[in-house]
Amino acid sequence: MHAIFFILAALTITGASAAMCLRNLIHCVLALTLGFVGLALLYLFLGAQFVSFTQILVYVGAVAILAVFAIMMTRSAGPHPQPALSSFWITGCITALATFAVLAWAIIHSNIITPTPAQPAVSTNQIGDALMHSFALPLEIMGLLLTAALIGAVIIAMPQNRSSK
Amino acid sequence: MTPLTGYLLLSSLLFSIGLAGALTRRNAILVLIGIELMLNAANLNFIAFWRYGPHPEALTGILFTIFSISIAAAEAAVGLGIILAVYRHHKNIDLNHLNTMKG
Repeated sequence: MHAIFFILAALTITGASAAMCLRNLIHCVLALTLGFVGLALLYLFLGAQFVSFTQILVYVGAVAILAVFAIMMTRSAGPHPQPALSSFWITGCITALATFAVLAWAIIHSNIITPTPAQPAVSTNQIGDALMHSFALPLEIMGLLLTAALIGAVIIAMPQNRSSK
Repeated sequence: MTPLTGYLLLSSLLFSIGLAGALTRRNAILVLIGIELMLNAANLNFIAFWRYGPHPEALTGILFTIFSISIAAAEAAVGLGIILAVYRHHKNIDLNHLNTMKG
């Protein structure tokens, strides 16, 4: 195991757990951005450059900004008098801990015997080639899904009184 | 411990953090963020299995991750749109008070 892996893993886990634990929602989203950057660096470390840059573009660039906008538009930033956790938080924590225990037990007790292959060299050229040839149908379906999501999000978020006049 | 085991453990820990956040937080936006964290854990698994699998030249892990990131972006846009619509109706996105779906 590499030291870089442990540093990046600590960065990611710190960002993710801070995003789920902090009380101020803006701080939560900033911590989440840290976790996403850590994940992008892990992808870079694994040799998937294109996925790493996509992660930064989509998650750090779009999803985090979208979440900040939603927090500001719903006026849920700032300190709250009521508790941040729901009433059944103990059950939720126990469920998450049990899930992690089962997953970790299964991972540790499975004997993975594949030898570590050499770092594969993947160029963006190859990814574009695969997207245009063997993965052309999923690409088209993805375009349809994104169009439907775009129209649906705009219609859902549009004010209701526009249709009544 | 092989490198693949380390990545799988990190990904399961990330999934559990996202699950704990989605189950325990009261704000709807943070529940959505927890779901995003769980999707990211799955993406890390795809990349780790692609890197340490027997056929890394097949590019399947990378392409699955790209499609998964696109689906997550669409999900975030629609989810935040729904949260804005709910806020306009109820003036509140506290999940303990949202017990009706009728406007």
